[in-house]
Amino acid sequence: MAKAEKEKLTRNQRKIARIRRKAERAQRKGKPRTRFGKALTKGRSNRTVRGSIALLINLFLFALLMVFPVVFLVSNAFKPINELFIFPPKLFVINPTLDNFTDLFDLLSNSLVPFTRYLFNTLLIVLLGSIGHILLSSMAAFPLAKFRFPGAKTLSNIVTLSLMFTAAVTAVPNYIIMSRLGLVDTYWAIILPAFSMSLGLFLMKNFMEQVPDALVDAAQIDGATYFTMLWRIVMPAVKPAWITLFIVSFQTLWGNTAGNFIYTESMKPLPAMLSQIAGSGVARAGVVAATSLIMFIVPVVVFTVSQSNVLETMSTSGIKE
Amino acid sequence: MTQTGKAKPSITLWQYRMGEIRRYRQLYAMIAPYFLAFSAFTVIPVLVSIFYSFTQFNVLQPAKFVGMDNYIRLFLDDPVFLTAIRNTLIMAVIIGPVGYIMSFLMAWLLNELPPKLRTLLTVIFYAPSISGNAYVVFRQLFSGDAYGFVNAQLLSMGLIAKPILWLADQKYMMLIVILVSLWMSLGVGFLSFIAGLQGVDRSQYEAAEVDGIKNRWQELWYITLPNMGPQLMFGAVMSVTNALAVADVTVALTGFPSPSYATHTIINHLNDYGIIRMEMGYASAIAVLLFIAMISINRFVQKALRKVGT
Repeated sequence: MAKAEKEKLTRNQRKIARIRRKAERAQRKGKPRTRFGKALTKGRSNRTVRGSIALLINLFLFALLMVFPVVFLVSNAFKPINELFIFPPKLFVINPTLDNFTDLFDLLSNSLVPFTRYLFNTLLIVLLGSIGHILLSSMAAFPLAKFRFPGAKTLSNIVTLSLMFTAAVTAVPNYIIMSRLGLVDTYWAIILPAFSMSLGLFLMKNFMEQVPDALVDAAQIDGATYFTMLWRIVMPAVKPAWITLFIVSFQTLWGNTAGNFIYTESMKPLPAMLSQIAGSGVARAGVVAATSLIMFIVPVVVFTVSQSNVLETMSTSGIKE
Repeated sequence: MTQTGKAKPSITLWQYRMGEIRRYRQLYAMIAPYFLAFSAFTVIPVLVSIFYSFTQFNVLQPAKFVGMDNYIRLFLDDPVFLTAIRNTLIMAVIIGPVGYIMSFLMAWLLNELPPKLRTLLTVIFYAPSISGNAYVVFRQLFSGDAYGFVNAQLLSMGLIAKPILWLADQKYMMLIVILVSLWMSLGVGFLSFIAGLQGVDRSQYEAAEVDGIKNRWQELWYITLPNMGPQLMFGAVMSVTNALAVADVTVALTGFPSPSYATHTIINHLNDYGIIRMEMGYASAIAVLLFIAMISINRFVQKALRKVGT
């Protein structure tokens, strides 16, 4: 056999081997090899490591973008006055100080109406509003979720429909109604409308539908009244929902300045006083930054503490047809 | 005795209805407090708005019936209202769909993460929408002088020669209001998506892997989305309503009224007449139009969504 022919054969074999290796690599491409890779694709063969990493990078970039203004807000609150007006402005604080907060409290303690009074007003509005909202919503949600009686379907549909427009639409007639009821310049002008927020009833009703009928039926056979059924059986089972309703009404009421409804200074809630400070301009930039941080951090902390309950409730939040 | 063929019902329909109502009177008593408040602060205000929209009313004097005058004036005699409609639509068309898709995609990506990290990012994404008026921080970020963060960065990089009036220049105001609104758009709908995604049955994904679903995008379209119908609906309602209700952000960032009405929205216009000028009839007409727009756009979007994944 000629030497050239033999060489050609091996060259062909090498070529074949190379193609095979290439094909193998192509098949393996993006498939997890390490344990880390398996975790990224959740061990599923139809996912690639590269795809997972690309998506995670996108998520990370998006998170940076979202958190950027928050970081700016937080670090501003701890900047001494010379850093607030430094050029060029820095994102992070260099010499953190609590001066802005002490200035804020000095300012508040010198105000005509003491700070604690504003705080009391806000807490009163938030607590009464939330408790009333939870009580009334669960009392209304239970019959709508568990019984079929004339009008039940219509009422549920009206509540769902009312999710589709904002309170701003009814602001003008609300003012007229409040003044007719003689509730202008009382806490009730803020508290009463919070009782009937439709999102709360909607979430509560959907969540109660998940409570097994057997529980309710058993109680009914035992001769329990509807009220007993609600308090003894359903309410303990829907704890995540009432925590969620508290969060929803807390968020709505916490930021409420009561601007159109309460005129007496000593009855105004905290945000009204804080927005007065915020409007006082450049001279108080540090105090304004501290104020913004306080207004921001409270609802965020409250949500963080209760987020697992909120998410559990939201799992039933869908609108069914 | 001509109609002997028909048996006379023992009770009439009316009697039956009344009997049912009596039977469930305890239930009616339970729902009464909520629906009393709901009527007083939601249903009646809508009806009152419709009534006042046909009148001239300044609270002090009795309302005077003027027919369609308010509506005619809105469209023929109030160029600012037409500007407000244009601005609101531009904002809504961007904020609504982009905010909605962003909420879903982010919830979908978060769903792949381990629980601790997922919780952290959920709080970060959700925080802007619950934080009251944290958006005022954008006043400093986009401040018009050289001390504004964005201006300073652009100046020191040499990209611009003099500071840009972000919040007073018509070229940029709208853009910034939209950006800030998008920053705040990961709200209740976003939470609903996160919760809904966790509820999708894992075994469906495993079955799909065997059945030849090739990648995660196919998985998203053929399995995840069809399972999320009700949440997608709920999220859409939240997005549409929020997108049409931009108002506080424009006041806080660009002032009221904004320069040349460049970011004046329908709700800004409504508040202008309802709260400042006390022209309640005219304001009611604006409210009624906005109400109709919100309900009909919501209905339309729901119809469209019913086709997803089917």
